[in-house]
Amino acid sequence: MKRMFSSLLATLALCLAGLANAAIDPALLQPLAGDDPDARVDAVTRIAATGRPDARTVLQALLDDELAATPDGQVLILRGDQALDPATGKTVPVPEGIDGIVVNNRLRGAAQAALSGLALLAPEPERRLAAAQALQGKVPDAAQAPLLRQALRRETDPDIRAILVQLVAGADLESSDPARRRAAVAALADSGTPALRPQLQAMLAKNPDGSHIEGDAALRGAAEATLRAIDRRSARNDIIANLFYGVSLGSVLLLAALGLAITFGLMGIINMAHGELLMIGAYTTYVVQSLFRHYLPGALDWYLVAALPAGFGVAFMVGVLLERSVIRWLYGRPLETLLATWGISLVLMQAVRTVFGAQNVEVANPAWMSGGVTVLGSLVLPYNRIAIIAFAVLVVAVVWLVLNRTRLGLFVRAVMQNRRMADCVGVPTGRIDMLTFGLGSGIAGLGGVALSQLGNVGPDLGQSYIVDSFMVVVLGGVGQLAGTVIGALGLGELNKFLEPVAGAVMAKICILAVIIIFIQRRPQGLFALKGRSVE
Amino acid sequence: MNHLYSRRGWSVLAACTFVAALLPLLHLALPAGHPLHVSGYAMGLVGKFMCYALAALALDLVWGYTGILSLGHGLFFALGAYAHGMYLMRAIGRDGSYGSVLPDFMVFLDWKGYPWYWAFTDHFWYCMLLVVLVPGLIAFVFGWFAFRSRIKGVYFSIITQALTYACMLLFFRNDTGFGGNNGFTDFKRILDFPITAPGTRTALYLATLALLVGALLLCRWIVRSKLGRVLQGVRDAESRLMFIGYDPLAFKLFVWTLSAVLCAIAGALYVPQVGIINPSEMSPANSIEMVVWVAIGGRGTLAGPIIGAFAVNGLKSWFTAAFPDLWLFALGLLFILVTLFMRKGILGTLPLLARLRPAARAGAKVEVKEEAA
Repeated sequence: MKRMFSSLLATLALCLAGLANAAIDPALLQPLAGDDPDARVDAVTRIAATGRPDARTVLQALLDDELAATPDGQVLILRGDQALDPATGKTVPVPEGIDGIVVNNRLRGAAQAALSGLALLAPEPERRLAAAQALQGKVPDAAQAPLLRQALRRETDPDIRAILVQLVAGADLESSDPARRRAAVAALADSGTPALRPQLQAMLAKNPDGSHIEGDAALRGAAEATLRAIDRRSARNDIIANLFYGVSLGSVLLLAALGLAITFGLMGIINMAHGELLMIGAYTTYVVQSLFRHYLPGALDWYLVAALPAGFGVAFMVGVLLERSVIRWLYGRPLETLLATWGISLVLMQAVRTVFGAQNVEVANPAWMSGGVTVLGSLVLPYNRIAIIAFAVLVVAVVWLVLNRTRLGLFVRAVMQNRRMADCVGVPTGRIDMLTFGLGSGIAGLGGVALSQLGNVGPDLGQSYIVDSFMVVVLGGVGQLAGTVIGALGLGELNKFLEPVAGAVMAKICILAVIIIFIQRRPQGLFALKGRSVE
Repeated sequence: MNHLYSRRGWSVLAACTFVAALLPLLHLALPAGHPLHVSGYAMGLVGKFMCYALAALALDLVWGYTGILSLGHGLFFALGAYAHGMYLMRAIGRDGSYGSVLPDFMVFLDWKGYPWYWAFTDHFWYCMLLVVLVPGLIAFVFGWFAFRSRIKGVYFSIITQALTYACMLLFFRNDTGFGGNNGFTDFKRILDFPITAPGTRTALYLATLALLVGALLLCRWIVRSKLGRVLQGVRDAESRLMFIGYDPLAFKLFVWTLSAVLCAIAGALYVPQVGIINPSEMSPANSIEMVVWVAIGGRGTLAGPIIGAFAVNGLKSWFTAAFPDLWLFALGLLFILVTLFMRKGILGTLPLLARLRPAARAGAKVEVKEEAA
């Protein structure tokens, strides 16, 4: 009843404001100075519903604790030693005995919600779109209906209009007018979001004596149909979201594992320090970002362009250094390599901790990577994930080209298939080993640059990827680029589709169990090498 | 039993055991100010090292003698510790911070009773049975699948690492019913003796010593028997062994399961002495550290892992107290240097050094035989 009353009043106030067109009615402002918390929240909603620029000023002042009241209930905005009377729009001297209006969290929340609603009337389309999208996620409120309607009347952009139509319908579900409710249910049938489910379900609920709360049978039927449509759509969206995030996780795993596919897959080196090469790539990104921030703040958005070659270069150098100093003495002794590289990983981790501190460092997405594209109404695909999928595709393509279309790739494959014969025909196997290991490490560095855009960058970054990376390579089959790609994507998809069913940790455990069982069946991986190169 | 060691070997073993057994005596009998007094902390430290040594010995049995490198022995160690920890948690009784029969973490999760797998864990001997059976069974099943499909070398190592990693994630969950992140701690008593009393600690220490020596003799007996020869055959030339007519599956499975059980016993002895067990014991890093004890001490020798465990952990205790930031550097360098320059570990390298001295050349041959066997 109260809500009905308030929405009625709000409509009334809207008309009045339209007529008077001067300033905010003092009657609206007065409750703000009072003690009744409900009345204060109502007042905020009603002020917002006027949809006027002054309303914005008042609400913002409320949030900034600039609103004050005289003892007789006049509300003023304090600006230094001046005071603005929102009721007249004039500046007046600060009266005696003025007292700041106390804003509690509830009032603050109401004011913020009202302000975001007001942004629907902003002149810039981007801000209107953002405001409309923000409202989409919230439970609609009938009191907002007048404001939304006003926004819809003014709106010219078709995308924003579509969202607004939906928002108005959502708010109208609560309306006291049955005709309006019916129109709202019908309007929602082909665009409703899951956020509206509770309201639609409330329409179908029954009283304790078994009679329906909603008297209108046709309306109930329509609500049921709309519910079904919403469920169908959200199920479809879930599948698409899972597919997308699966591909995204797969591309991350791929970037993490691709370097390993070269060092482990092609050279047979168990490089436990691989994760730390990823970490080095990520920290290089951080350093490049800091350098840009310091010397080239104007080009900060493009620091990644410099971070990519830097990440590759640094990791390449570290890789070559490792190969020359430690790993080349251990060829043919895989278990010892494993131990030595684990030692290297400890040293690298501790070195990073000493230089950069044990805390995570902050790597920010460039502006063009933040945000996302909205598809199918409510599904947001973040730009940084899309960029990383594209980057993974690019890296795989380059690696394939290098391995299959260059002289270096030819030598790498020759040494892998028959080291002695390659040596005999003049391939400098020692140098090829060094370059191959460097290439694998450099790709890990590239992976690190990409990972820095998605998650935390800290000394432990590599540790969280090393087990996964080995799983990808083992699953895909050693020495097979295609296997690594399929393995990474398969693991990513499996993970994302198991997660909603089993929870994140159980999904991971299930996947490890699946891999362990899979390797029992096919010890050589998905794409086993056939013929002489086996063993 | 005499054929296990030469007379000299027996006397060295007896001397070491005697010195180790003397520590608690010095702890209990002498007053705190006496120059020969051993503090409770020092005794606890040695007790902990002996648990590590037992785990290293178990790992050496599969890695040093059978050539199977496990990166998941931390799992068996932790499982043994958890199995014993279940009893210790039940033994707290109503002395927990919430005054409930249930362990604190269950009260915290608002559980009303024990889950089914906690049944009978208030009986000490049942838990001791669990210490042996659970890791043994897991190792047996896992090993059967792995060895049957002839997974070996680094593949096996990576899978064992994934196994312990998966179990760590599982145990980190609160819903698993093993205390989640915090694991088990705040033990009060064992078999009705207060767990922090010097007498109880001495008894635990002596039990650890006895089991370590027992396990050493058992391993010695195994590696000297025909069974041990076959195991070394698996390590050195598995296909040749198969052509001769042996099926390596049974041998590998036996030694793998035995090793897991020994490791679990080490864990079970570890938990009352250290007073805490949590899932981070299952982290892959811990298992690899065990491998390093064996590598440094000398794999393929039985005394080596024990020496390695004591050396590395002694160094760790000293480093983490004196230069906490440098320990990981030291450990990492230790990994690298040992694999590069001391392939046979301390025990494998000592005879080589001895041979360099011309005067000792005559005696060196005998010594090599002893240490390597």
